[in-house]
Amino acid sequence: MEKVLVANRGEIALRVVHACQALGLKTVAVYSSADEHALHVREADESVCIGPPRAVDSYLNVEAIVAAALRSGADAVHPGYGFLAENARFAHACREAGLVFVGPSPDAIEAMGDKARARELAAAAGAPTIPGSAGATTVEEAFERADEIGYPVLVKAAAGGGGRGIRIAADTAELAPVFHQAALEAAAAFGDGSLYIEKFLDPARHVEIQVLGDGRGGLVHLFERECSLQRRRQKLIEESPSPALDDHTRAAMASAALRIARAVDYESAGTVEFLLDRDGGFYFIEMNTRIQVEHPVTEMVAGVDLVQEQLRIARGDGVSVRQEDVALRGAAIEVRINAEDPAQAFMPSPGEITAFEPPGGAGVRVDTAAYTGYRVPPFYDSLVAKLIVWGEDRPEALSRTADALRSFRVDGIATTIPFALELLADPQVRAGDYDVALVERRLADSVRIPP
Amino acid sequence: MTATVKTPLPGTFYRRPSPEAEPFVEEGDTIAAGDVVGLIEIMKTFHEIRSDADGVVARFLVENEELVDAGQDIIALES
Repeated sequence: MEKVLVANRGEIALRVVHACQALGLKTVAVYSSADEHALHVREADESVCIGPPRAVDSYLNVEAIVAAALRSGADAVHPGYGFLAENARFAHACREAGLVFVGPSPDAIEAMGDKARARELAAAAGAPTIPGSAGATTVEEAFERADEIGYPVLVKAAAGGGGRGIRIAADTAELAPVFHQAALEAAAAFGDGSLYIEKFLDPARHVEIQVLGDGRGGLVHLFERECSLQRRRQKLIEESPSPALDDHTRAAMASAALRIARAVDYESAGTVEFLLDRDGGFYFIEMNTRIQVEHPVTEMVAGVDLVQEQLRIARGDGVSVRQEDVALRGAAIEVRINAEDPAQAFMPSPGEITAFEPPGGAGVRVDTAAYTGYRVPPFYDSLVAKLIVWGEDRPEALSRTADALRSFRVDGIATTIPFALELLADPQVRAGDYDVALVERRLADSVRIPP
Repeated sequence: MTATVKTPLPGTFYRRPSPEAEPFVEEGDTIAAGDVVGLIEIMKTFHEIRSDADGVVARFLVENEELVDAGQDIIALES
């Protein structure tokens, strides 16, 4: 493995290019015509334009990307996150073309991509799952099962994931219309209308375990990330360790994650997501078969470079860390800085960044592909930068994060920095006592009672 | 007198709520201020475009799925 094509854009493409450089690997960037001036294009050894701006025509175009890899003489492809990262057809197409796919096998992607099947697989591996239907279900079965487990229930798309394709039914009367609507939406969004149901847990926290495997028996976990601060099921702020886990629960959750990963002979970096209830009970929700946006949180506390690990594993070197050598040190927090205006219902705010001055200082890391003069295009997701901050303990990490956010200058577009500062000042966030509904509750309150 | 409906946001313009659905409005339709006439896809989210005037849809000034800029005219209206 000598030359890696990076099938992504933005900060993660740049992150992968830099990880490749650190390992002495050559890089090929791909870009749409909207990203001609992007940093990942500038920093890679070579670049190939793969199509017009819309993602379906460029970053989601399997044939164009495989052709670009072959034409440029790349021997491996790193998919990043989003786009084609969890597309089994893409992983398969890479293999067929003789390219190393930096990620898990197409079989593992497929098994975990069907969320109803993944639930079954996790249960078979001895991991607790949320009470719900066994695999995909008909509306008649859903009624029976919902009566057994109790309302409210979540109706979820088997082909969904990442918080998409989920609806809630409060009672029997709502189940039929919600089920019907969800089936239509799932068919339109994912080309597959199959659904399953789960009991709605409230309050709940979202805690996930990072794993690294080499598919040949080598498999370690790198502890947890707490990701309960979400808006519309999209994560805003993540931290490690989770303020909600005691050592016993942490060990039990990690061991469940390893059993699930082992069940698919997991290769590369992956994340097993759980919901945690008030009593310390935890339940598998899904496995993400890719590097995640929030991976730097783990890197800061565990001292492992996850993207370099992915590349080494893909090269055949195996997992370089031993479980007994992995320890959490200090506390880390990540804030996602999005081009959205919190004062206007998080309206997207693309356009030219007229001044970009990221913060620095002890324990501060910024992952971004933005720069002064960069134009945030309207075509892709709104992530502009990730601020990741480490401290000796959680209070130090919190105060360093707020300081860094206050000195982070992004002019020309609206960003979520002011909202992140509000959240970091929230008494419940400071106390580590929050659940997945906290952000929505706060937003509802601020609409009712104007400051 | 003619007026236009403009998109407040840049992105991809859609005439239908979903690929199988009927268009929000057709040429010749009478619309009122506040009616939804299309969607803009921007940063993986969808936003409704509403008319701020009453009138008859004379013609579409952009194609379905065309890339548009903020402030661009979408529909010509006849009063």
